[in-house]
Amino acid sequence: MTQLAAPREGASFDAVALYIFTGVAAFLSLLATAFTPDPLFRAQGYMLLAAFVVAFAAMSLALASGKLRSDPTRYADGVIRAGVIATMFWAIVGLSVGVLIASQLSWPSTFYFPDLPWLNFGRLRPVHTSGVIFAFGGNALICTSFWVVQRTCKARLAGGVWPWFVFWGYQLFIVLAASGYVMGITQSREYAEPEWYVDLWLTIVWVAYLLVFLGTIWKRKEPHIYVANWFYLAFIVTIALLHLVNNAAVPVGLLETKSYSAFSGVQDALIQWWYGHNAVGFFLTAGFLGMMYYFVPKRVERPVYSYRLSIVHFWSLIFIYIWAGPHHLHYTALPQWAQTLGMTFSVMLWMPSWGGMINGLMTLSGAWDKLRTDPVVRMMVAAIAFYGMSTFEGPLMSIRTVNALSHYTDWTIGHVHSGALGWVGFISFGAVYCLVPWLWKKDRLYSNALVEWHFWIATTGLLLYIAAMWVSGISEGLMWREYTPQGYLANAFVETVAAKHVENIIRTIGGLMYLGGAVIMSYNLWRTIRLPSTAKAEPEAAVTPAPLLAAAE
Amino acid sequence: MSDRERDEHSGVETTGHEWDGIKELDTPLPRWWLWTFYGCIAFAIGYWILMPAWPGLTGYTHGLLGKSDRAQVSQELAKLQAQRGAGLVKLKTASLQQIEADPELQAYALQVGQSVFADNCAGCHGAGGTGAKGYPNLRDDVWLWGGSLDDIQKTISVGVRSGNPHARGETVMPSFGRDGMLTEAQISDLTEYVVALSHRKADAAAVDRARQTFADQCSACHGPAGTGDVARGIPNLTDADWLYGSGRETIHDQIWNGRNGVMPTWEARFSPETVKALAVYVHANAGGDVSSPRRVEAKPEAQAGR
Repeated sequence: MTQLAAPREGASFDAVALYIFTGVAAFLSLLATAFTPDPLFRAQGYMLLAAFVVAFAAMSLALASGKLRSDPTRYADGVIRAGVIATMFWAIVGLSVGVLIASQLSWPSTFYFPDLPWLNFGRLRPVHTSGVIFAFGGNALICTSFWVVQRTCKARLAGGVWPWFVFWGYQLFIVLAASGYVMGITQSREYAEPEWYVDLWLTIVWVAYLLVFLGTIWKRKEPHIYVANWFYLAFIVTIALLHLVNNAAVPVGLLETKSYSAFSGVQDALIQWWYGHNAVGFFLTAGFLGMMYYFVPKRVERPVYSYRLSIVHFWSLIFIYIWAGPHHLHYTALPQWAQTLGMTFSVMLWMPSWGGMINGLMTLSGAWDKLRTDPVVRMMVAAIAFYGMSTFEGPLMSIRTVNALSHYTDWTIGHVHSGALGWVGFISFGAVYCLVPWLWKKDRLYSNALVEWHFWIATTGLLLYIAAMWVSGISEGLMWREYTPQGYLANAFVETVAAKHVENIIRTIGGLMYLGGAVIMSYNLWRTIRLPSTAKAEPEAAVTPAPLLAAAE
Repeated sequence: MSDRERDEHSGVETTGHEWDGIKELDTPLPRWWLWTFYGCIAFAIGYWILMPAWPGLTGYTHGLLGKSDRAQVSQELAKLQAQRGAGLVKLKTASLQQIEADPELQAYALQVGQSVFADNCAGCHGAGGTGAKGYPNLRDDVWLWGGSLDDIQKTISVGVRSGNPHARGETVMPSFGRDGMLTEAQISDLTEYVVALSHRKADAAAVDRARQTFADQCSACHGPAGTGDVARGIPNLTDADWLYGSGRETIHDQIWNGRNGVMPTWEARFSPETVKALAVYVHANAGGDVSSPRRVEAKPEAQAGR
């Protein structure tokens, strides 16, 4: 505490504020851990305590040695380097859990562990979904947004050490959420399973993220705000709104894990899917469009195809997406008029979504040869193609009569994965392939041939996955609705499960190939980082500050 | 703007902005994109006019076509009931035995029974009715509650320990170990005795020690010879069929804990005709005409396990 009482001369306000924050948080988690009657809450309390004590100790050392001062003439790249590593780490974790649960569906008696409840499908499934969406996708969005907003605003990240708080705070959110799932802590809201205290923690982190991002735009040295930043900002603001409303809940006690939703019945279901669909819209679409709008023109060195299209499709996307959630509740207790609105807004969403695809693809006009010569460009173009396909498939599946067949079947799983693996995965991989040589000052990747291998293995796996899910989804849907001439259901549920055994195995193989591609990529990036540096890799910021807290935290 | 430059490749002007080397072309909106967008909006407006769509203060716009999901569901359910009723009415007056004797009626009952079984019974009794640990196999000749058509019909209707006032299963097996009625040593000896009852090799000394315990504690229900009582659902301990498994550990566990199986009552959910069809299906599935349970000598796979 001596450092706190007399901070070294020149210690900046942001660092002292964060220092006090970690200290108070460590003390509060100590109290919560000590006094809770709930063993699960105590387990999570120990994690919070460990995280804050380590952070506090690290900041004590860093403040004492006079680090933690930011140089406004240089970009803050250390936190982006950490973000790239976290992105790849969580990609491997999330995809591996996906392959495991796909194996459980393919071979339910082999991969069934009755004595190990934390390996139960019901607990691992949210680890997979949160792992790939929030851990992999979220880290990719945060680190690329930090890169893009600095470069396109010509300004260092605002908030001094607070970007590091965003990074480590977000990792803590992921660890709390995932460890909670396997211990059986869940509020049972799809894609929003973490309980109330984890939601509160994410709110703090997210507000810090918003302030860092807005602060950087505020002090920009460019007259206009680049289109990528509109999309990133829309993503950050809307996710905050969705998160707060959907997670409104009353905890059983302040030191208990369990909480109950503020809504009930069909209203609760509608809030859940208003959130769920816009998590797709603003996390997985708007955020990654921001990524596309920077990395595609940057990599192919061509101007963005149409400024007007970017304005029109941005605002139409934002306005229309927010209405589309009810299409997840067709033919349920939700009033039919609400279903109509969900469906028609989804149909109107088709062209606004495709605006991004046109702008991405047509930006290559004049540089199509790079598809042949640069596998990273090919990966990003494949991402845009999958984006176009799944944003056509989405409106199609939102039409009530189509939905009557597709809903609850594997077709939905296939649709999600063509978006997640094809669009989100590939555009993130493309961006990370661009970023690593820039961040670590190398003039090239270790191996373009390995990128080729990654691209082809992952694309083949992805196509196997989607095709298998189309076949099993449609056959399952047809089996469910089949009646005997006497007027009884022709197939028992378990028969429809048995009927898709082969497709399940193909899906597992496809997922395994996609994971294999990510492993190849990680190796390639690791070797790239170990290449000898070239100082001229990025002229504007020839010397960037060392990752101040990277070693300490 | 004065600083607008022209892109060499496309001949289109840029907007004059530049960020980190990225410029933007001022290409107009693609016509096909714009018109498809308008088309989707027109479709949406048309759909709103025709179908239930916009909420107001006191209701919602019902649409010119007057469609309603609720009305449609009622219609479809009524149609389904009519379709089912047309066949089921034939089963109404016929007795179970008459249904089985009439090939046409029997074929109809089997089709209905198969669908109903797969959707309602297979969850416990297995897709083919072959059972699982704790869930009786319905394809063999061994019946806890009797295998005649009438017995099966009654079991389906009222269930076992189901809460139905006429439910089967008034007799329950005590938890001899958990409730401290017998010692661990006595239960171990009894386990050997039960193994010996089903004509398997057992520890002779233990069997002798358990003889009196069996007579005192078990024979009242399972009978002096351990052959059970179908009228009260008491399992026969001398055959090769086991509900929970034939191993020593499982037998010991059953004496210790005294598990008592439960089956739901279905008479509130199914019409009497449907229960009839189901009874005919289960009866036929098990091989037909068994009015009283036959004793089956050792079938190698006959543990209730799988």
